[in-house]
Amino acid sequence: MSSVTPDAVNKSKALEPVGPLIGPGHTFGSVTDKISGAVLTRRTPLGWFVVFGVAFTLVMILMLAVAYLFSIGVGIWGINIPVGWGFAIINFVWWIGIGHAGTLISAILLLLRQEWRTSISRFAEAMTLFAVACAGLFPLLHMGRPWLFYWLLPYPSTMGVWPQFRSPLVWDVFAISTYGTVSLLFWYVGLIPDLATMRDRAKARLAQIIYGVLAMGWRGSAVHWHRYETASLLLAGLATPLVVSVHSIVSFDFAVSIVPGWHTTIFPPYFVAGAIYSGFAMVLTLAIPIRKMYKMEDLITLRHLDTMAKVMLATGLIVAYGYMMEAFMAWYSGDPYEQYMTWNRMTGPYAPTYWALILCNVLIPQLLWSRRVRTHVPLLFVIALIVNVGMWLERFVIVITSLHRDFLPSSWGMYYPTIWDWATYFGTIGLFLALMFLFIRVLPMISIFETRHTLAREKERAALRGALPSAVPGD
Amino acid sequence: MTENRKDAESVDLAALRARLAEARGPEYWRSLEELADSEEFQAFLRAEFPHPAPDLTDAVSRRHFLKLMGASLALAGVTACTRQPTEHIVPYVRAPEEIIPGKPLFFATAMPMAGAAIGVLVESHMGRPTKVEGNPDHPASLGATDIFAQASVLTLYDPDRSQVVTHLGSVSTWDEFLQALGTALEGQRVVKGAGLRLLTETVTSPTLARQIEAVLDLFPEAKWHQYEPIHRDHAKAGARLAFGEVVETQYRFDRADVILSLDGDFLTRFPGSVAYARQFTSRRRTGSPPEGMNRLYVVESVPTLTGSMADHRLALRASQIEAVARAVARELGLLDEEIAEFLIPHKAWIEALARDLKRHRGASLIVAGDEQPPVVHALAHAMNHALGNVGKTVIYTEPIEARPVEHLESLKELVADMDAGRVDALLILGGNPVYTAPADLDFARHLAKVEFRAHLGLYSDETAELCHWHIPETHYLESWSDVRAHDGTASIIQPLIAPLYGGKSAHELLSALLGKPGQSSYAIVRETWRAEYERGRWPQYKNFEHFWQMALHRGAIEGTAFAPKSVSLKMPRGGWASPNAPGTPSDERQAGRQRTLEINFRPDPTIWDGRFANNGWLQELPKPLTKLTWDNAALVSPALAERFGLRNGDLVRLEYRDRLVRAPIWVLPGHPDDSVTVHLGYGRRRAGRLGTGIGFNAYVLRPSDACWFATGVTLSKTGDRYELVSTQHHHSMEGRHLVRVGTVEEYRKNPGFVKEMGEDPAPDMTLYPGYAYEGYAWGMVIDLNACIGCNACVIACQAENNIPVVGKKEVGVGREMHWIRVDRYYRGGLDDPETYHQPVPCMHCENAPCEVVCPVGATVHDKEGLNVMVYNRCVGTRYCSNNCPYKVRRFNFKLYADWTTESFKAQRNPDVTVRSRGVMEKCTYCLQRINTVRIEAEKQNRPIRDGEILTACQQVCPTEAIVFGNINDPDSRVARLKAEKLNYGILTELNTRPRTTYLAKLRNPNPEIEHE
Repeated sequence: MSSVTPDAVNKSKALEPVGPLIGPGHTFGSVTDKISGAVLTRRTPLGWFVVFGVAFTLVMILMLAVAYLFSIGVGIWGINIPVGWGFAIINFVWWIGIGHAGTLISAILLLLRQEWRTSISRFAEAMTLFAVACAGLFPLLHMGRPWLFYWLLPYPSTMGVWPQFRSPLVWDVFAISTYGTVSLLFWYVGLIPDLATMRDRAKARLAQIIYGVLAMGWRGSAVHWHRYETASLLLAGLATPLVVSVHSIVSFDFAVSIVPGWHTTIFPPYFVAGAIYSGFAMVLTLAIPIRKMYKMEDLITLRHLDTMAKVMLATGLIVAYGYMMEAFMAWYSGDPYEQYMTWNRMTGPYAPTYWALILCNVLIPQLLWSRRVRTHVPLLFVIALIVNVGMWLERFVIVITSLHRDFLPSSWGMYYPTIWDWATYFGTIGLFLALMFLFIRVLPMISIFETRHTLAREKERAALRGALPSAVPGD
Repeated sequence: MTENRKDAESVDLAALRARLAEARGPEYWRSLEELADSEEFQAFLRAEFPHPAPDLTDAVSRRHFLKLMGASLALAGVTACTRQPTEHIVPYVRAPEEIIPGKPLFFATAMPMAGAAIGVLVESHMGRPTKVEGNPDHPASLGATDIFAQASVLTLYDPDRSQVVTHLGSVSTWDEFLQALGTALEGQRVVKGAGLRLLTETVTSPTLARQIEAVLDLFPEAKWHQYEPIHRDHAKAGARLAFGEVVETQYRFDRADVILSLDGDFLTRFPGSVAYARQFTSRRRTGSPPEGMNRLYVVESVPTLTGSMADHRLALRASQIEAVARAVARELGLLDEEIAEFLIPHKAWIEALARDLKRHRGASLIVAGDEQPPVVHALAHAMNHALGNVGKTVIYTEPIEARPVEHLESLKELVADMDAGRVDALLILGGNPVYTAPADLDFARHLAKVEFRAHLGLYSDETAELCHWHIPETHYLESWSDVRAHDGTASIIQPLIAPLYGGKSAHELLSALLGKPGQSSYAIVRETWRAEYERGRWPQYKNFEHFWQMALHRGAIEGTAFAPKSVSLKMPRGGWASPNAPGTPSDERQAGRQRTLEINFRPDPTIWDGRFANNGWLQELPKPLTKLTWDNAALVSPALAERFGLRNGDLVRLEYRDRLVRAPIWVLPGHPDDSVTVHLGYGRRRAGRLGTGIGFNAYVLRPSDACWFATGVTLSKTGDRYELVSTQHHHSMEGRHLVRVGTVEEYRKNPGFVKEMGEDPAPDMTLYPGYAYEGYAWGMVIDLNACIGCNACVIACQAENNIPVVGKKEVGVGREMHWIRVDRYYRGGLDDPETYHQPVPCMHCENAPCEVVCPVGATVHDKEGLNVMVYNRCVGTRYCSNNCPYKVRRFNFKLYADWTTESFKAQRNPDVTVRSRGVMEKCTYCLQRINTVRIEAEKQNRPIRDGEILTACQQVCPTEAIVFGNINDPDSRVARLKAEKLNYGILTELNTRPRTTYLAKLRNPNPEIEHE
């Protein structure tokens, strides 16, 4: 920064980060105390019980919905001919999208050396895992004969039959299982040093044993750190293409078909951007209340929220471009089916969902251009929630409005979700929250060692600034 | 109870011997009582165990059932102490002749329906009738059938059919009934039967007629009444007006160049419609260049399938149609009177029509519908006479009814007698008059005055409820009888199966009346025909047995069709006066939301007069035009709906002469304004599990003096809604070229016009090599010019392929399972649109979008180009259905197939899998039929011949609109049709390359009327 002109500095001021990455007054010890203390010493906040109680109730509803589903069949949902896919697929894509933020933050931002990621990466990775778990439920539940799910796997069957590899659903199986596995490994590897810290700080014998086993003998030696760094870089390298591939492949479920509204080449990039968009929205939705609940404002600072809001704004714009191009291509292609589909989306019986989607995903997020909005925590929370809803609506619009009126007007129909559709949907939200809250209850929600690392860097930088005050004008 | 036991002990040994003598093949019996037949034995059983665990059938007392189960479980060990009696099972070593397990047999029989018969061949698997096909040798069938014949096999197995003789609602026996009947007849013998009445439906059966005549001989003062709610009184009265006698009118549509239908739905509603549809469409099919296409003018009061086939259609209220008949008669020079005022806008139309008729003297035809008053029938007769059509396109014969009475008069007379207390004993043989009699006759109340009331019927219905005795009737597939077709041809009805529920036939009942109880229907029918034979009518057969065998074998008795009869027209000068001037449901009388309208009563297109109310196939069959299922509705025109502010499903109050029904509205484009149409047959109280309590009962409004239409109905909105369920919600083609239509003129000018409407990429425009079809390549062509939208294919497919019924709720959410559907599209204005039908089975695309997306390879291409579904492999992702642009795939969202009801198990086609839940299914081109023929051909070491394989939809089609075959063989019919210029595929621009293609529809409008 020493070489920039004063003019450029003034210009860049607007883009300057809001405050430090870690609140003032922290030492290595206090960071460790605070994060591990949330699990080990401090009393569980009341808010945790409230959220977990609600989430657990929803999980019970999910159990009921799934039990009923297995006893009667997918006919308990609102799906029909022509709308063969309904909430199950909408929710599946939605959850997979949410699951994107974690890997993006951990892998890509790690490779890009974005330090601000440390406070939220653990948290986002856990979220990814749980979102993928929720997402993974749906393709199984939505099958007519779920007990035969393993037929989608290429196992050596005595009948000599294989999956049909031309089908994007088979690609899905690979994409999602790979993604799930790599995310789990990544998360777990990143946890090991912290698990060791927990082991060392735990007072109860049982906790010591469990953390000890999970820490896999971590002692913090230089060799350990070396291997750790290598492994996490390798995993980051593996995970990076997955961030792009998973949602691209999920989008193939649609793009490979011939249904107007699905059969379009823009889907892969637009789905990936949408996934990151919704992923960051979900990180914000969870981070804001938890940071408050556990008083972590000094570790997950305004700077983090601001940066995430910016990522949302950027990906939101890509998504908006996607919507625009969809409409443009429908017109430009001259394909009457595509044109009708677009017109039907905008003016047909499901038009309210389309316009709600535009409102939630395109219009309201434009508020994020304002720095004041980005740093206004309650407002940011609301916007993140709206984006979550908007992204769900986007999948609803894609799945339902494309299917309900396709080629032959004689077969057009309507789709109305039933109570079981909603029960399953909210049930998985409950499952997600329950897992998430169990996670923050038993594991360090923020990476202790990485935060300490960041703290060291910050201190170094501050020291540097103190040594050369005149070299950094305007600081 | 003890009396019963005594009865049981006193076994009639003589009867036993007779029974054993009659039995063919070895019969095993355990005791004399059992042998003496179930009747007494059953009585004994009932006496001993009065309530044989009725709780088991009662869902409410499952607790009790569980208690029983618990107890039996506890005692289960105890039985181990007793040695069970030995029962030897008998191996199937001496198999009955002709039966080869796994190979179906076909038997010729005939299905009676409202008097007339349709000849059928019934497929029987190991003694179980499973499927009805048309009998090519029968004049009313010509190899095809209607929906009713197809669905009749389901009624046979209906578990809700009445299964036991009841007396005052409690279980009784046939013998007890005979005793009671004997007592009742005892008194009648003295008064020569003055208090005895028989009430039947239309009787065309020579045997039944002979028996009834015998009864009337025995009881000279007794009376025989006939009542059929969908009667043909007006046709009879019209013939009497015109000729002074009742004659049967038969048509030859294949000889007619110009046809005018005056509210006559001859394609689906007439006796002999199946044959008429064949005749009619034989003149619609076009060769290239198109020649000899007929032209159809339809004036109708309710949109019908016949109207949808019209080149020119005029929608008028039923009461106005007489004026059209008069106007046409005037143009033909028969009448000399002013054209009715309201017809002035249509004057040019009528004049052009009359000129067209005159140009085709002797080759034109005027048909009047049964709903039209006698005058219209008489005018139609007169016009046919004037145009020289008699003997050419119109043939008159003796009536096919044994005694052609006017049914309403007959019923009124009965009611009057009952009211006056002149009826002591009433035997109702079939029919359900309590439900179907005109409301103002109050049949039920008068019936209660009769001392001895007995009802013979398939169901314990509304009439059975009010009768002392109810006797379960045999289904036509269960007993011997005979019946006449619309042209008089007689057929022997032979049973395919022993009565499932111990029913009795009308023959057996009448035989009891004649003092010969126990005579079998078989003997009775043979007696009739033996007498006929002995008159020497069939010298070509060496003896009666030979004749009988041939009659059964062919399904139609040679030489029984009635000969044409010459009649003389007796038209008074100035024509016949119309008894009632056209009603004027006037706009002036509009008061608030109420207006007086005209109402039309029509039989329901699928459940007829209500007799098929418990038939799931027919209930779920989308009704033509409205595509409604499981309900009837009040049909109104869009204009009327607009004036009243009505939407589909709005409940309205229909009020007529202080009688009222609440009916949901269905707006039907093309319906004449100011009138409302209701279909009879719904609102049943005792129809069975499926049919009870659905829809509204339109009989409540139906008066005896205006059976078909009446003026003065008021319609008012209730503000309530009712859920009507339709299978098609969108009616416009949205500018897509799905049904391609042109006129004959356009086709002559530019034969390629059909192909120009769409895009069909060349097969080589792909990087991938195509499939090579070296052997057979199956394909189908559906001729939209011939399709009348009658739905027979839908129900034939359902019967052939074990397609389940899903119920109203599931249809309501779009989950009907039909593998072939008939799409209906409108073109043109709301008030008088053109209507098109398009049957859509699986297209068996060569580039099938469904195949690539299935993750488990459950839908694959076979080497003959079939797109086959592997049910076992399907995991139910439904991706294939989403990707099917034709939406012909059907999914078992729940367990739709009935796996538990015993009787339905017997109905199923053993060659087709019964699908379970979570599995996709669709049209297979009747793969099982292809393979049956293939095996036969391979055995004989020859290729499959063209036309040897008939798919179920093709076989049943009355108009032969569906052609299936090998497209690799350039000489096959299907390949030749595919080479036609009219041939096109739908959505070919997607490069699916469908194997099912269509022949475009051509219209033949009168250039004087339509200038385009």
